[in-house]
Amino acid sequence: MTKIGLEIHSQLTNLESKLFCSCKANYREYAPNTNICPICMGLPGSLPRINKKAIEKATMIALALNCSTPEKIAFFRKNYFYPDLPKNFQITQLNIYGDTSVGGPGHIIIGDKKIRITRVQLEEDPGRLIYEGSSSKNQITLVDYNRAGTPLVEIVTEPDFENPKQVREFLNILSNLLENLGVSDPSLDGAMRADANVSIEGGNKVEIKNIGSFHDLEKAVHFEITRQESLHSRNIPIPQETRHWDDKRKITISARSKEEELDYRYFLEGDIPWIRMEKDILDMLKKEMPESISSKKERYISKYGIPAQVADVLSSDKFYSDLFEASHNEKNAKEIANIITTDLMGLVDTREKRELSKFTSVHLRDLADAIQSGMITRNSAKNALPEIVKTGKDLSRIIADLDLGNMSDEFELSKIVDEVVSEESEAVKQAKSNPQTVNYLVGKVMQKTKGKADPKITMTLLKKKLE
Amino acid sequence: MHQVKNGDISVEEFTAKTIERIRQLDDSIHAFLHVNSDAIEQAKVIDKKIKSGEKVGDCFGMPISIKDNICIKDTKTTCASKMLQDFVAPYDATVISRLKQQDAIFVGKVNLDEFAMGLTTEFSAYGPTHNPWNVDYVPGGSSGGSAASVSAFECVASLGSDTGGSVRNPASFCGVVGFKPTYGLISRFGLISYANSIEQIGPITRTVKDTAFMLNIVSGHDSNDDTTVDNPQDYLSGIDAGIEGKKIGIIQEMVGDGIDPAVLSATKNAVTKLEGLGATCEDAHLEMVKYSVAAYYTITATEAGSNLARYDNLLYGYDLPVEGYEFNSYISKARTKFGPEVTRRMILGGFVPSAGHAGRYFLKALKVKQKLTREIEHLFKKYDYLIAPTVPILPFKFGEKIDDPIALFLVDINTVTANLTGKPAISVPFELSNGLPIGMQILANSNEDKSVLQAAHALESTVKLPEVPI
Repeated sequence: MTKIGLEIHSQLTNLESKLFCSCKANYREYAPNTNICPICMGLPGSLPRINKKAIEKATMIALALNCSTPEKIAFFRKNYFYPDLPKNFQITQLNIYGDTSVGGPGHIIIGDKKIRITRVQLEEDPGRLIYEGSSSKNQITLVDYNRAGTPLVEIVTEPDFENPKQVREFLNILSNLLENLGVSDPSLDGAMRADANVSIEGGNKVEIKNIGSFHDLEKAVHFEITRQESLHSRNIPIPQETRHWDDKRKITISARSKEEELDYRYFLEGDIPWIRMEKDILDMLKKEMPESISSKKERYISKYGIPAQVADVLSSDKFYSDLFEASHNEKNAKEIANIITTDLMGLVDTREKRELSKFTSVHLRDLADAIQSGMITRNSAKNALPEIVKTGKDLSRIIADLDLGNMSDEFELSKIVDEVVSEESEAVKQAKSNPQTVNYLVGKVMQKTKGKADPKITMTLLKKKLE
Repeated sequence: MHQVKNGDISVEEFTAKTIERIRQLDDSIHAFLHVNSDAIEQAKVIDKKIKSGEKVGDCFGMPISIKDNICIKDTKTTCASKMLQDFVAPYDATVISRLKQQDAIFVGKVNLDEFAMGLTTEFSAYGPTHNPWNVDYVPGGSSGGSAASVSAFECVASLGSDTGGSVRNPASFCGVVGFKPTYGLISRFGLISYANSIEQIGPITRTVKDTAFMLNIVSGHDSNDDTTVDNPQDYLSGIDAGIEGKKIGIIQEMVGDGIDPAVLSATKNAVTKLEGLGATCEDAHLEMVKYSVAAYYTITATEAGSNLARYDNLLYGYDLPVEGYEFNSYISKARTKFGPEVTRRMILGGFVPSAGHAGRYFLKALKVKQKLTREIEHLFKKYDYLIAPTVPILPFKFGEKIDDPIALFLVDINTVTANLTGKPAISVPFELSNGLPIGMQILANSNEDKSVLQAAHALESTVKLPEVPI
């Protein structure tokens, strides 16, 4: 049986400052090596100063993954030499001398599959290496330390996945969960990275390192299974090894054996005293934690009668569920859920579009009210949306500007119905035997009125004509 | 300093005299690696403050020397290593900024064994410091420059660092007071780490009162060092409280095999004097002491191997072009600048905590540390203080012990306990033997630093040593 285990690295991108100093956690906006200080540069004499907020956020992740939390949290040093590591050791967490990382064993349910979480740990991200030069002879390595010391949470799973599809489902759920907790923005470049270990029946465990995005993680796992199966089918043994993900060629490459022999000489980081996780701190965190995705979904279904599928889509995306929460009331909830999932999602489907959008929860509420009061049709609402997204103008202005007001005048409408009936004689014939064709004729009326025709009145008029 | 405060002499004159004395003496002592050329200018600023009636800090221009592993902004901080020969600290250590606020003047950076690893300053990459009592003898270490500069009146006080006795040992050898506080009492921010889980910055002064004065300024919680404790105290007030009725244990494992007869006799005299002050003394046992030196070297090597790993010469250090090297070969080349003792300890530090060996060495050392702590805390239920000679042997000549591991073991054995257990310990100059000082050590339980100073002050009051002959 194929076994896949994951190590997910998620940056706590929403924190104000780095893990051990007051430099910005959001390093992305800075020119190279301008978001640094003696502490994150590991200058002689500097000491780490723990960011308590990072511990709180990491603990929230652990709680959301149903992990146990330790009585005391400790940090360890992982010793190895690398140019992106200013101190030549990384401050991280470890559970081999008792559970002292922010999260112990936990689990997450995907469909009817339970994925066990081994631990959740908090650590510092190293700097970034940038390679320049075309050939290996004139290649130079540049180091940007802006990222050094930013808070990173590592989520380690047991080898409970059986195929890349489960991996993808897990990653979707996990990134929604992290976003819902407000700890991280998974869409930021480099915010999510991963290592994976993959073994097939009869083969050894292979570790894949340096996977730079969730998208590539699924690909890497898929590639690795195929590679191993191909070896296996030719009776070539699969050695236990570490492989690197080459994100340009989208393949895994065997790492030099030297890298596998690293001995990290872990020991306790004495500069950070043990941190007691008192019950009242945990209680406070639990209180502060936003409602979980599954509980949101449950509430949307039971309280507002929103269909399960719509509730699922709505609850798992923080952007849309925040919009929903801000705009809905008892009466319009279903309507708003509908507008979001059927019309709005297609308009702001990328991060960029979301950021440019001038759409607010007020527009959403107004739209639902306008539909429910019969001021405009659903169709008109759909037509109004792109304009709202673009301009952010009040709905009333847009209705006036685009002339979207509901057409319910029977006299006006019956003229148009007459037109349609005379133009579509073939369909009119069919309609007598096949009632479905009536919808086609309603559509034609809608076309002529740019969607403004009141659907109920149109239907009544059409049926009268066809009798 | 009294004359300065009374206005008999200006800060500028006093500073000039101090600098002049350093210029005169330091050819033979070599306590200083770097003398502050701005000292006179800084003194003038303080004089101006005094004249204009502005508030002047408690130090009043007091000349202080600083061990060269503590960062002073815009000043070279070398750790007496070639590896950091060009490193200029971009910030002040917390102890430095606190002293600056009180108008101290740093007359210079003083010598040490490279990265504070050693007991004689013979491992300084810039040549050893000499003992002001007899320049043929070592000053102790690693804060040998601190102790010698205070002893030779080249400054009023110094800050050293004590990882396994590095403040107390040279204080004992140079006939001055050296104090290693409770772990966490003084911020280590800006102290270049050697073994960060057990070391502390400590003052070296000529009197216990001066140590209390220094402690009032430099101790206390620091948001830049998460290991600091918040226990505000006035160490000067009540310093003469005495030790009447106190119970004192004499640590037998520290006056046993190999002790110099002169040191043993001094210890007995100290007991007599302490009893004369109203304390009761009796023999006490700390069984784990016999493993303490091995545990100490295992833990310090492990932490040093990690703390010193950052010196890869990529960001600072000394001039060595990177062209033509791959990363690993460059740092291997760069790191050949470390001296022999540092290299030895880092090799050891790569081994004792490594996979497959940690169980036999590093983890065992941690166990010793834990047991020793439990044992000493048990003793402190019964005793207010524990005493022992600071070093069981007398100061020795250059080259005499550097290759004799047993002798060096004896140099460490009485001091490492305070570091491994985090307890405060002070060395008070007590007697001379053939013109060489012997220091007596007093230990107390954690956060009893004030009480240690009271006992030290009481013992000091029974002592009158001749002036240093230099």
